[in-house]
Amino acid sequence: MDLTYTPEEEEFRVRLREWLAKALPELPARPDPLDWPARRAYDLGWQRRLYDAGYGSLHWDASPTQRLIFLEETELAGAPYVGANFVGLLHAGPTIAAEGTDEQRARWLPPILRGEAVWCQGFSEPDAGSDLAALRTRAVRDGDDYVITGQKTWTSHAEIADWCELLVRTDPEAPRHRGISWLAMPMDAPGITVRPLRTLAGPAEFAEVFLDEVRVPVANRVGAEHDGWRVTMVTLSFERGTAFVGEVVACRRTLGGLARTARVNGRWDDPVLRRRLGRLNAEFTALWRLIQWNVGAAGAAGGTPGAGGSVFKLRYSQARQELYDAAAEVLGTAGALDADQEWTAARLSSLSYTIAAGTSQIQRDIIAERLLDLPKGR
Amino acid sequence: MDLRPTADQRALQASARDLLACRFGRERLRAAVDSPALDRALWRELGAAGFFALRLPEADGGVGLGLPEAVLVFEEAGRALLPGPLVAGHLLAGVVPGAATGERVVGLCDVGADGARLWEHPADCDELILVEGTGPDASAEIGGSDAPPVGAGTDAPPKTAGLDAPPEDAGSDAPPESAGPGAPPEDAAHAYWNASDWPTLAPLRSVDPLTPLARVVSYPRRAPRALDVPRLRREAALLTAALQLGSAARTVEMAVEHARRREQFGVRIGAFQAVKHLCAEMLIRVEIARSAVYAASLTGQSLPVIGAKVLADEAAVRNARDCLQVHGGIGFTWEADVHLHLKRAWLRLEQWQSGAKAEEALAEALLAGEVAV
Repeated sequence: MDLTYTPEEEEFRVRLREWLAKALPELPARPDPLDWPARRAYDLGWQRRLYDAGYGSLHWDASPTQRLIFLEETELAGAPYVGANFVGLLHAGPTIAAEGTDEQRARWLPPILRGEAVWCQGFSEPDAGSDLAALRTRAVRDGDDYVITGQKTWTSHAEIADWCELLVRTDPEAPRHRGISWLAMPMDAPGITVRPLRTLAGPAEFAEVFLDEVRVPVANRVGAEHDGWRVTMVTLSFERGTAFVGEVVACRRTLGGLARTARVNGRWDDPVLRRRLGRLNAEFTALWRLIQWNVGAAGAAGGTPGAGGSVFKLRYSQARQELYDAAAEVLGTAGALDADQEWTAARLSSLSYTIAAGTSQIQRDIIAERLLDLPKGR
Repeated sequence: MDLRPTADQRALQASARDLLACRFGRERLRAAVDSPALDRALWRELGAAGFFALRLPEADGGVGLGLPEAVLVFEEAGRALLPGPLVAGHLLAGVVPGAATGERVVGLCDVGADGARLWEHPADCDELILVEGTGPDASAEIGGSDAPPVGAGTDAPPKTAGLDAPPEDAGSDAPPESAGPGAPPEDAAHAYWNASDWPTLAPLRSVDPLTPLARVVSYPRRAPRALDVPRLRREAALLTAALQLGSAARTVEMAVEHARRREQFGVRIGAFQAVKHLCAEMLIRVEIARSAVYAASLTGQSLPVIGAKVLADEAAVRNARDCLQVHGGIGFTWEADVHLHLKRAWLRLEQWQSGAKAEEALAEALLAGEVAV
């Protein structure tokens, strides 16, 4: 048991902190959240600064502890979130780094790191969702290409993406987990139609992507043909394991802000609300410790977070919703119903957390079957 | 940085588990349920194994380990449902002669907390240390993992005047807060040594068949002890949280073992999603409590200890309830051990940090901006 950092890690933290203090004031004003091209430019610009300063590949090309310090410090400093680069930096990049060929790494990773390419995720389908292995989008081999037909949904950032990490069924006869392949699809290929999806949170974050005989070179496949499920599990372990570190730091800060707001507006006099905030303090502190636990475990396992990520993801997604429900209590009736409140927007978006990246119910199945070894079944 | 126990720490924990499996197996557990008087031979065996002297310096006959190791060993005691004033024995080893070896059994009673004034195993204790008052605690440090346990080697009397209350107070019914002009100031915390038969007790039939309880009605203030009471309370809360963690981890195993074996409607009930999800939530509570308890044993801060106690309490109580639910009707019987875990978890929930006070303290810390990473 050890919570101390090595002198090298401490030095890394100090240098990063100093760099952030200089870099952040030079940033341009944040764009309108509804202006997608502006958001793309802003997020890629920030990634370019990170790259030029030598922090570009921290999301995968660093020890889990360094990654933790990076995410913690950038959030504490109020740096921009990965935003449009989310899929490239947190899913596709790490997957290509771990599973791609040298040629594929040389082709796709530098543009992600230099802030030149945006990736989106083509995993979910209208009739699949959390049952990812039920996906039906088909890829038929035709010479050096796959010809792809089908539909993806909940595709974040699709309208501004250059590439898509795409799961396709390459062998319809095989058992459902066996006939899947993982492809990198250029988003400007003929036959792709992107239609934004409006969510209950208001502005469009997602899109539907229709694929009509889209040709993708076989050379764009990462991992062996029909072995896409295993590659996908690597992607998902990153998604569940480490992608939320900065958010937990942000939640802890939000909680402190809520307490101070309640103190100012008189809601602090309500002991039930006070206790709720105190309880959430314990919860988010422990979630931070659980991240540190998982980082230790990931370091020991060669960098890939394991099924422990499901434990974190499940509890965090619930706690985040409780946090913003408590925020509504702090704001009082009018504040809780004011759609222009920053906390209202965060409350609405928190509703997706127990669904995205595998629903809470799926996570419980994973925990029960893989960690507790309970029999399979439904 | 790795919050997980080292190989040495895992080995220590495994040997504690083996020791308890040998000396306090299921038969002895059930015997203790029928006759909860403390097993003195077992207590001396625990002493010989270093359970109480774990953190005393080797020069004083101790094992010389730290709070993280104590937490791991207490987690095992919680798993095994080991009865007795374990926290008191550990914290007062080196303070009360004979406590470290298990020759003498020492009790610890916090009469200053929130009026409950409960004392476990009153008939079994040779000595009693009473603590009272509300000492300043907010963000005090526990001390590094190599710090000696509470009060070790500090026998100088506290400086506060008026501690030598006359022995006639022994029979007085007056509550300690109104003990007259000689009473200590309310914002100070104090500890006293008492003979175990000095306090006046009111009977209380404990809900936990393994833990006899008495309510302390009044007590004499004799023989002041130079103990760091805030620190003693913090360490008691942390070790109690470790016991809760062990119990919570054990009830997950019990539920999972049952769900893998028991068949209903032609299938093992662990295949039903409803049962699976109960078990998964149990594991999540354990993992979150474990992270909090282990980290609190390292950081040495008061707030993490309070938070860890809140989460470990929740894990122990709710896991025992869910374990009972997974066992169905069998779980409701006296023969199943599930109720023993639940009742002990209820008892520990009331000890050292109550839910409301703990949550209020955690809320106050938010205002102060104490959201340490």
